[in-house]
Amino acid sequence: MDSSTRIQHLLEVSNLTKYFDAGRGRKVHAVEHVSFAVDEGMTFGLVGESGCGKSSCARTIIRIYEPTEGTILFEGKDVSHLSQRILQPLRRDMQMIFQDPYASLNARMTVRDIIAEPLLAHHVVKKREEANEIVFRMLERVGLTREHANRYAHEFSGGQRQRVGIARALVLQPKLVICDEPISALDVSIQAQVVNLLREYQDESGIAYLFIAHDLSMVRYVSDAVGVMYLGELVETAETDELYRNPLHPYTRGLLNSIPVANPKLARQRNQSGIEGDIPSPIDPPAGCRFHTRCPYAKPICAEETPLLKNQGNGHLCACHLYD
Amino acid sequence: MSEDTILQVKNLRTTFHTSRGDVQAVRGVSFHVNKGEIVGLVGESGSGKSVTCMSMLRLVPDTAEVDKDSSVLFEGSDLTRIRGRQMRDIRGEKIAMIFQDPMSSLNPLIPVGKQVSEMIAIHHPEKSKEERKQETLSLFEAVRIPEPEKRYSSYPHEFSGGMRQRIMIAMALANHPDLLIADEPTTALDVTIQDQILKQLRGLRRDYQTSIIFITHDLGVVAELCDRVEVLYGGLIMEEARIDDLFDSPRHPYTLGLLSSIPSVTQDRTRRLKPIPGSPPDMTNPPRGCPFAPRCPYARRICAVALPEFTTIGAEHRSRCWLLDPEAPASNNPFRPESEGQTQEM
Repeated sequence: MDSSTRIQHLLEVSNLTKYFDAGRGRKVHAVEHVSFAVDEGMTFGLVGESGCGKSSCARTIIRIYEPTEGTILFEGKDVSHLSQRILQPLRRDMQMIFQDPYASLNARMTVRDIIAEPLLAHHVVKKREEANEIVFRMLERVGLTREHANRYAHEFSGGQRQRVGIARALVLQPKLVICDEPISALDVSIQAQVVNLLREYQDESGIAYLFIAHDLSMVRYVSDAVGVMYLGELVETAETDELYRNPLHPYTRGLLNSIPVANPKLARQRNQSGIEGDIPSPIDPPAGCRFHTRCPYAKPICAEETPLLKNQGNGHLCACHLYD
Repeated sequence: MSEDTILQVKNLRTTFHTSRGDVQAVRGVSFHVNKGEIVGLVGESGSGKSVTCMSMLRLVPDTAEVDKDSSVLFEGSDLTRIRGRQMRDIRGEKIAMIFQDPMSSLNPLIPVGKQVSEMIAIHHPEKSKEERKQETLSLFEAVRIPEPEKRYSSYPHEFSGGMRQRIMIAMALANHPDLLIADEPTTALDVTIQDQILKQLRGLRRDYQTSIIFITHDLGVVAELCDRVEVLYGGLIMEEARIDDLFDSPRHPYTLGLLSSIPSVTQDRTRRLKPIPGSPPDMTNPPRGCPFAPRCPYARRICAVALPEFTTIGAEHRSRCWLLDPEAPASNNPFRPESEGQTQEM
């Protein structure tokens, strides 16, 4: 690819595929041929049900998992097969926030040490003491106080722990943060606090987020563009308002119809149908369109031919035979 | 207790005695459930919603103490006073419960069909094995488990989360309970599966007039499913209302806060969410006055020192807030007519 003639995205994922070995020669088709891009200062939301491959996708992008196929361009540089040693300095610009603030913080480290760790690992500071001022500033930035620095993770509530996780991810001033379900373990009133914090930081710093979640209302709220995944594949992607106003893929429509509406009158009027049945196994995904087993509009071709992601106008991409 | 009321909880108080001191999980909760009614208990973690139901069924551990003045009237008997043997007869027969995590409520070593059939056997030993199997199969059909005959002898691990929750519902329905208590049954499930389960629960009420207590933190689910809601905070009911009233004219700052901290798919995206600042109180040492006062944008001096009683707003609508007191000032008060606009704003 000639990178000089095309727009350079901050992150560009093309044809990303990740299989896991499931034993006896079988493989889990976790992520297949997924392509999308994230620009500076933007948020790309990745949604789908459990098992759709959104987290595997994130973890492959940040190279916790090795990609089976495809390329990951970060600032135009192909990072998909770099050795971990060469990758190390690049990780400074690409950080991650995890779902479970209970499991992702070391219980034996103080909050100060947790937040200082990335600074030491990337040689931003040489000694722990030098990190103090940066750590204090970061704590205040995420809505905690410097008095919290000497405490341990277990002394905090879930929301506060997630703030510590955010402080750790932001302390290196990365260009991209991958947020893997950062709020789904938190209480409703706390979710909004964390999301607002992420948005405020974005407004100030121009950071980009890859925001992974199953809560479609929250994804709509934080994202500039959204991709919908089903069983390892990206089935639809568009700018946020376009996607929610004009969902094309039957899966996206069903998903949107399944969201409970916090408005009893609308809830009663609404007589839309959700999606029947369960998500099939990713070890042996259905042939053709993977959604055809649950799709109310399935035609014979859907069971045979995999639909391609095609532009349906306005940069709205959808992989469905209904629009052939 | 009116004729339609099947459950009346009065002044329920549950305290856990722990090494860190007494945790006052439930601090005087009163509500009722009518026949065929779906009542939502809404609140965040630690609000006391689950402990309320566990205390009603006497499923709390030995470290918990239910206050002597509490009463739970169900079909003429006080569940806090009856003997253990009678309680066991009621649980599973008249009142059934489903939980958030179906995997931890099913025995992994016994086929699911047998587990459901056992549930029938416990309360109806007179039924033959074949009868029980037929009943189980029709229950599986009722909760829409595909190929019931084949799935009868499958083990829990062979099912998806949504299917396991259906088996739990089948088990809960086995003896046609009058009351079903559902404790966050869809929280661990995907939205499409949640949608299927909610439809099932609505069908249950329609077909069998089963009363349901639905515990959740999700106001969207409440709007979709419930007739009436109890909003809990700090071990107390803060507001009680029919759902339309709760969403149209909430009368408690905590309810207002909850409503404005959730995004909706229809709302303007550029509008900032307004989270509730701070975090819930520590129930070993709950605030002296209103438990929400430390996080309330409208709190006044009295709120920190005295717990407000309920103010009746309308039929079946009451709220525990000093702002509703006739002597409350109109400034910085979202519930006064002159500043009606603000309630929408918050």
